Amino acid sequence: MTFWTIQVLNGVSFGMLLFLLAAGLSLIFGLMRILNLAHGSFYILGAYIGLSVGRVTGSLVVGAVAAIALVTLLGVLMERFVLRRVPAEELPQALLTFGVLLVVGDLSLWIWGGTPQTLPKPELLTGSMRAGDIVFPTYRLFVIAVGVVVGLALWAFQEATKAGAMIRAAIDDAEIARATGVNVSWLSTAVFGLGAALAALGGIIGGPFVGVYPGADFEILLLAFVVVIVGGLGSLKGALVGGLLVGLLDTFGKALFPGLAMFTIFAPMALILAIRPTGLFGAR
Amino acid sequence: MNRAAVAVAAALLAAVPLALSSYHVGLVTKMLIFAIFAMSLNLVLGYAGLPSLGHAAYFGVAAYAVALVTLRVSDNFWIGFGAGLAAAALTSALFGLLALRAQGSYLLMITLALAQVLWGIAFGWRSLTGGDDGLPGIMRPGPGLPWSLGTGTAFYYFVLVVFALATGALSIVVRSPFGRALVGIRESARRMEVLGYDVWLHTYVAFVLAGTLAGVAGALFVYYNGFVSPAYVSIVFSAMALIMVILGGAGTLFGPALGSAAIVFLENGISAYTERWLLVLGLIYVAVTLFAPTGLVGVLRRVRRWA
Repeated sequence: MTFWTIQVLNGVSFGMLLFLLAAGLSLIFGLMRILNLAHGSFYILGAYIGLSVGRVTGSLVVGAVAAIALVTLLGVLMERFVLRRVPAEELPQALLTFGVLLVVGDLSLWIWGGTPQTLPKPELLTGSMRAGDIVFPTYRLFVIAVGVVVGLALWAFQEATKAGAMIRAAIDDAEIARATGVNVSWLSTAVFGLGAALAALGGIIGGPFVGVYPGADFEILLLAFVVVIVGGLGSLKGALVGGLLVGLLDTFGKALFPGLAMFTIFAPMALILAIRPTGLFGAR
Repeated sequence: MNRAAVAVAAALLAAVPLALSSYHVGLVTKMLIFAIFAMSLNLVLGYAGLPSLGHAAYFGVAAYAVALVTLRVSDNFWIGFGAGLAAAALTSALFGLLALRAQGSYLLMITLALAQVLWGIAFGWRSLTGGDDGLPGIMRPGPGLPWSLGTGTAFYYFVLVVFALATGALSIVVRSPFGRALVGIRESARRMEVLGYDVWLHTYVAFVLAGTLAGVAGALFVYYNGFVSPAYVSIVFSAMALIMVILGGAGTLFGPALGSAAIVFLENGISAYTERWLLVLGLIYVAVTLFAPTGLVGVLRRVRRWA
């Protein structure tokens, strides 16, 4: 019983981490039709910068804020000054963002070295909580809470604010949105920055339990891809459902069939693809 | 390229072992192998307009098949090489069924994800694949062939012949009605559908042909290097093939070979000075997409127009 609850908890918390990344990927794709391979870079940069600034200042919170701010700035600059200059086709964009992924990956290896590192947990979240016979690590619950809060905030933002309505309009039809006075250009920059911020947040809250190491950018990017393939690109609901599904499959796959962990993720992905090529909630 | 240029290029390539040191013959051999790899991707990307971020899957699966058969079953060239081609053809036939249901960005993500499954197997199934260490100790072929390919020069000429055959076959394919139909599909799949073409079947056949040809390159690369590792199936190899095609010129017969020569040359030159090859490679991706989106062939054409 304990095994199952703990695994479910681990799966859901990992799923929430994937949701943070997939939500950003999905929003960016929905608005700009860009497949952002550099999303993995935002994730590791979030973790590495958080780690370094946290060490220097002695405060995790300062580290986290600095990491999110810097990565958001990087995302905004990248969108404004680089991505805009390539034609709006998937291949040039994929190659460009892959180039950024390689550059950031190699620079990070240069700066932070090849040893895997883990971010420290805040004092408050290091212990565990008890419910009857079952002991939960507090940190995992915290990760789930962050995921829920971010999910609710994103949903409320999209559904209940004017900026959210403008984003929805631009996703539906950018040209008409532009004609009605929506500044799609700056909206795109803002959404790209938001996606980068979410990925950096993912790096910070994932840092203590997934760790950060050379290659983590590819790994998390790949899992986030599987999430959006399963859930459908451009859909917040898809990112959440896909994230939870992939998080649980990954955790149970590793626990039950250690040698075949890849298959427990990719076999369901292939199945969903065969039935619905645009994912569970993707637009046709 | 016209006939004269092809003849000059062929003569130059044939003369390489006479004029260059054995080290540089090895380098040109690598260029030719990657040229075959890039040309295979070009068939789907440049002609049929289908981007793939997982083309290394077929390259790598053939490489592993050749290595495993050579080490464990038979060192006969035809058995090993045949196993490599069969593995690449079967893998692309299977992956094509799944991937070709999608388009555009989904196609990129799915081809990447499928290739990563193979990477996971190569990395994780240690007893079969040697995991991260890979499989060393594959000799250059001899048994089954009239000559041993043990020397660099003999292997070079062998690769050159395979390259010539692959180029010839590709030039026939892209000029055939089938190849023309692929270009039509790239320009407008819907119109081709209306004209009565089976779009799915055309792209599927191109996908499997391209995968098999990538397998040829993968098999040659195992013999070239003498070992195979998970890097062969990695996204870095897939993306390297992509940049070779784009840098050379997608949808042109010889562009990808030029791109391959340029990238292999740069990798070799830069790796001699710094460990930061991936950093430079990343910058090349950015620079090519920003400044040379039509590739070297496009640049050459523009120069010729001015001249």
